[in-house]
Amino acid sequence: MDKIDSITGTAVPIDASDVDTDQIIPAVWMKRVERTGFQDGLFAKWRRDPGFVLNQPERRGATILVAGPNFGCGSSREHAPWALRDYGFKAIIAPSFADIFRNNLPNIGLVPVTLDEASCRKVMAAVTADAATPVTVDLVARTVTCTAAGVVDVPFVIEENARYRLINGKDLIDLALDFDEQIRRHEERRPFWMPRTNGQVEPAFELSGVEQ
Amino acid sequence: MAERTLVERIWAEHVIEGTGEELIFIDMHLVHEITSPQAFEGLRDTGRRVRRPDLTIATADHDVPTSSRQVPLADEIGRRQLMLQIRNCREFGVELHPMNSLGQGIVHVIGPQMGLTLPGMTIVCGDSHTATHGAFGAVAFGIGTSQVEHVLATQTLRMAKPKSMLVRLDGTISPQATAKDVALAVIRAIGTDGGTGHLIEFQGPVIDRMSMEGRMTLCNMAIEAGARSGLIAPDETTFAYLEGRERAPQGADWERARAEWSTYRSAPDAVFDTVVELDLDGLGPQVTWGTNPGQTTDIDGAVPDPAALADPVAREAAVRALDYMGLRPGQRIAEIPIRTVFIGSCTNGRLEDLRAAAEVVKGHTVADGITALVVPGSEKIKRQAEAEGLHEVFTAAGFQWRNPGCSMCIAMNGDVVEPGTHAASTSNRNFEGRQGPGARTHLVSPRSAAATAISGRLAASLAD
Repeated sequence: MDKIDSITGTAVPIDASDVDTDQIIPAVWMKRVERTGFQDGLFAKWRRDPGFVLNQPERRGATILVAGPNFGCGSSREHAPWALRDYGFKAIIAPSFADIFRNNLPNIGLVPVTLDEASCRKVMAAVTADAATPVTVDLVARTVTCTAAGVVDVPFVIEENARYRLINGKDLIDLALDFDEQIRRHEERRPFWMPRTNGQVEPAFELSGVEQ
Repeated sequence: MAERTLVERIWAEHVIEGTGEELIFIDMHLVHEITSPQAFEGLRDTGRRVRRPDLTIATADHDVPTSSRQVPLADEIGRRQLMLQIRNCREFGVELHPMNSLGQGIVHVIGPQMGLTLPGMTIVCGDSHTATHGAFGAVAFGIGTSQVEHVLATQTLRMAKPKSMLVRLDGTISPQATAKDVALAVIRAIGTDGGTGHLIEFQGPVIDRMSMEGRMTLCNMAIEAGARSGLIAPDETTFAYLEGRERAPQGADWERARAEWSTYRSAPDAVFDTVVELDLDGLGPQVTWGTNPGQTTDIDGAVPDPAALADPVAREAAVRALDYMGLRPGQRIAEIPIRTVFIGSCTNGRLEDLRAAAEVVKGHTVADGITALVVPGSEKIKRQAEAEGLHEVFTAAGFQWRNPGCSMCIAMNGDVVEPGTHAASTSNRNFEGRQGPGARTHLVSPRSAAATAISGRLAASLAD
């Protein structure tokens, strides 16, 4: 993953609360088995409306999404963050996020920026008024700046571990495997009643003709 | 040491290292075909193995057709995904219950059914409704595909401990109300973000009297209140459900395990970050009128007027929802024209749900113009229901009796609600387009869904 110090770019405003993951990417896109190529699924239903903000030519190349409260509620599908990433977004600014969604973002190098509601509203208004308005998310200083909105070096909230990983471009799995010895020790002291699975692929019913 | 909540105890028993975001051990990893292909591909790319295949189990539920299961499937993309899952599980040595096998079913139905869901465990799945397993006193939550890969590779997750929330449910609900109505009433009261950042522990007389199936329904929908998960401390109801289950401890181990599990409960004076007390005395059947599960009212009531809402955000959301739903303020719920009835899903696809619906349906006929389907939560439930003759009750009434899967809850297998029409559904989400493009979903209990199919309008019983 790329290391991220700060992101400066233009923004796309999505001024609605409770935008759920079914809106961010419809479930039909979840049939794909690839890891990339989800950009066309992003807000697919809303994009059928020619007036939708993502369809405005002047919004092309935006790297920051400005959203309303409880953004990303609903399912745990990572296809939603993938679609945002594949479209070109690098940071999402919102007054609040759904938990699972927020946790998913840094795992693929996207920055969840939880910004106070008043500042969010100002940024939303400024980027809505002028698509060329630049917004800066400084991950090192942990601040948002959007001069046109009168938002300058306003602090935002992000989990420290997520911030560390984004700044250092670290893979979460490598970080965990550094603790292999501790994991092993835990495995040795698990309670006797913990259930096990058998590793087998169960055969299909007779005559069902299922492909396996 | 400060008195602990149940979640704090289970969490502490699983922390491997760290402060703030801790590395925790995962006791069971449930895998389905939609959110795992990219995780297995990630393992292959990096030359990693599944660390604990013996703590991993997979099934196919989201994509599988529920009508014909003749292979090869007509849906080429779905077929590719199912075949890839079989290949992945073979290659990495993961137990799999594929389509057309006896163990197949919705992932959150088969875990408890097999006895793989036990008190005191940590359970994850790339699916938000993993919260279902919390009904057994387990810490169970949904994760993204990167985390699926993380758990496959390390059997751990890096996470901040959720805040604790106690939702205490007092009173006696009406005989017509079910666990589903309790779930909707809770979300109606605390909102779709009422539980954000928290893991909810449900307590109180309403819970004490609730069946295991009902508790699964309630915990399943904790996520719809924005919570990371929900959980209920194990009690005699829990033990009665678990005893004799295939993968649960047996014999002397059972007695020892049961004794330990009895201690898995929050201390009486444990301090929760947030406490909500709801008096559900006399609670009647609920129904959603809008496009999130918090937009709920009494099934014998009317569509609310957004203008009466004090919160501007809620008001605007309500206006948007009514526009999408094609409803007007003050309209009686009973006047909403229903075209589709869906009984099933990880919320309400268990045997108890099918029995409750069949009891209402018995001897009646589905109203003209209504398409009604029953989709059992698992192959075993389907067979048990058939052994009890429930399928005959449904088919005689004009219901379609289908094969197990997620079906019309997520509408990615071809089972969809027609655009612009209203559906009464026992599933968990009434989001725009969730049950198909333009679908207008009303979440209800299995009893209400059955009564709706027969009477042709949203209703909780036929006596109305």
